[in-house]
Amino acid sequence: MSVKNLIIIGGGPAGLAAAKSAYDAGERDILILEREDKLGGILNQCIHNGFGLHTFKEELTGPEYAARYIDEVLERKIEYKLGTTVLSIDKNKRVTCANEQDGLLVYEAKAIILACGCRERPRGAINIAGCRAAGIFSAGTAQKLINIDGYMPGKEVVILGSGDIGLIMARRMTFQGAKVKAVVELMPYSSGLNRNIVQCLNDFDIPLMFSHTVVDIKGKGRVSSVVIAAVDDKLNPIKGTEQEIKCDTLLLSVGLLPENELSKMADVALSPITGGAIVDDDMMTEADGIFACGNVLHVHDLVDFVSEESEWAGRRAAAYIKGEKVNGEKVGIDAKDGVRYVVPQFVNKDGDELLKLKMRVGNVYKDVKLCVVCDGEEVYARKCRIVTPGEMETINLNEKQTRALKNCKQAVVCLKAVK
Amino acid sequence: MMREMICICCPMGCRLTVDDSDVNNVKVSGNTCPRGEKYGKEEVVCPKRMVTSVVRVKGGDVAMVSVKTKEAIEKSRIFDALDALKGVEVKAPVKIGDVIVKDVLGSGVDFIATKNVAAR
Repeated sequence: MSVKNLIIIGGGPAGLAAAKSAYDAGERDILILEREDKLGGILNQCIHNGFGLHTFKEELTGPEYAARYIDEVLERKIEYKLGTTVLSIDKNKRVTCANEQDGLLVYEAKAIILACGCRERPRGAINIAGCRAAGIFSAGTAQKLINIDGYMPGKEVVILGSGDIGLIMARRMTFQGAKVKAVVELMPYSSGLNRNIVQCLNDFDIPLMFSHTVVDIKGKGRVSSVVIAAVDDKLNPIKGTEQEIKCDTLLLSVGLLPENELSKMADVALSPITGGAIVDDDMMTEADGIFACGNVLHVHDLVDFVSEESEWAGRRAAAYIKGEKVNGEKVGIDAKDGVRYVVPQFVNKDGDELLKLKMRVGNVYKDVKLCVVCDGEEVYARKCRIVTPGEMETINLNEKQTRALKNCKQAVVCLKAVK
Repeated sequence: MMREMICICCPMGCRLTVDDSDVNNVKVSGNTCPRGEKYGKEEVVCPKRMVTSVVRVKGGDVAMVSVKTKEAIEKSRIFDALDALKGVEVKAPVKIGDVIVKDVLGSGVDFIATKNVAAR
């Protein structure tokens, strides 16, 4: 068994940023464990542009954004292992992993940062009826086939779900010569970014059908058509609205789930709403010395915010290793009245770093204000013309507001109507 | 005419109102940065888009290298630009910024690599 100060699980955007900032905070004994053969994570297959506007003030593609952080990690000579799968972690921070060269490896860490990202919800998670023919892919799988491996998964495509990956893949498949016949969305709104609806669908006249779903998949050997239907306000298909669309491929972009199989092994408490760990403002989970950041914590829209959150987690993990992290009394932050969740869920009463709260709303709301209420008193409010579940909101608290939150008994983040 | 549109410059997706009743003096509101104003104007006069795709690499540690147009090109020419990538194959190593196809469609804009690919 070897001993390491800091083990970071995952070498994607979250893990790279956490490693960089932990190093810059003075920590030198860091090891990144990455399952794939390359650092960079999912960014390697996200070849479209739009990354990095917040972080680098320029518009990069996914691989370019990843390369910036990979270079930072290489420059600092931070140790990493590729092709290495973590098999288990426990609450004593023992990490068991395996790869082809070393076989089985066991480490004892002083701190662990979970930066394992998220996974796509598969067909089985949404129970679509119909045949088991070839031609049904998650949008991310199709993205990998085209952008990494150079294979085209199909010619006539229907996409279920209007999450960002689904929208991006509608354009990508179109660029590669496929005909995207429709994007079908169960909800009356899209969970994807508006800009992606404009530049991935509207630009190419691809219809986006809200309040519709796939009720049947037909085909022998290969998908030959899908049947879609409108849904009522309880999301149940409405009889008589079925229409059959001929296609050879169905892509699923039906949501992402934080990958927390390892977290559960270490008894990390998870939020049923985000699917990720419950954390304090240092991004530390309820398991002492185990931190979480990026999409394993909650699914982000923008990698820039993943990097920012992860740099924070890296810095705080370094402080924890040095014994500088405060870990006393905490204040809970509840999400209410339209706000679906807030991260972090707890804030340390001590410590003087300015607080940054991330949240998502549960529905589309117009002309509202986003408020932080501490023991009944509104300490922060920001007017929003529109908020949607597809776009994460951030609240940056100033010194006075941070202090008010830390000194209260119970904080609430909520929406209020603007008169 | 007043037109409502969503700025695509960044993921903020600002909701713009563009008044193009006077083509020589297009007015943009609702933007939160100067890029939004430029986008709103361009979108009614001559819409432009970045184009990203992949081309095959020979002898690399991966099969494909991702590419982008160095600048945005006219939206109406996206598919012509993509045609210029058909059959293109490059040799590893490839570095970010390497020119993959020079001067696409005589637009003066190059396709450049967006991924480092090491030789195998």
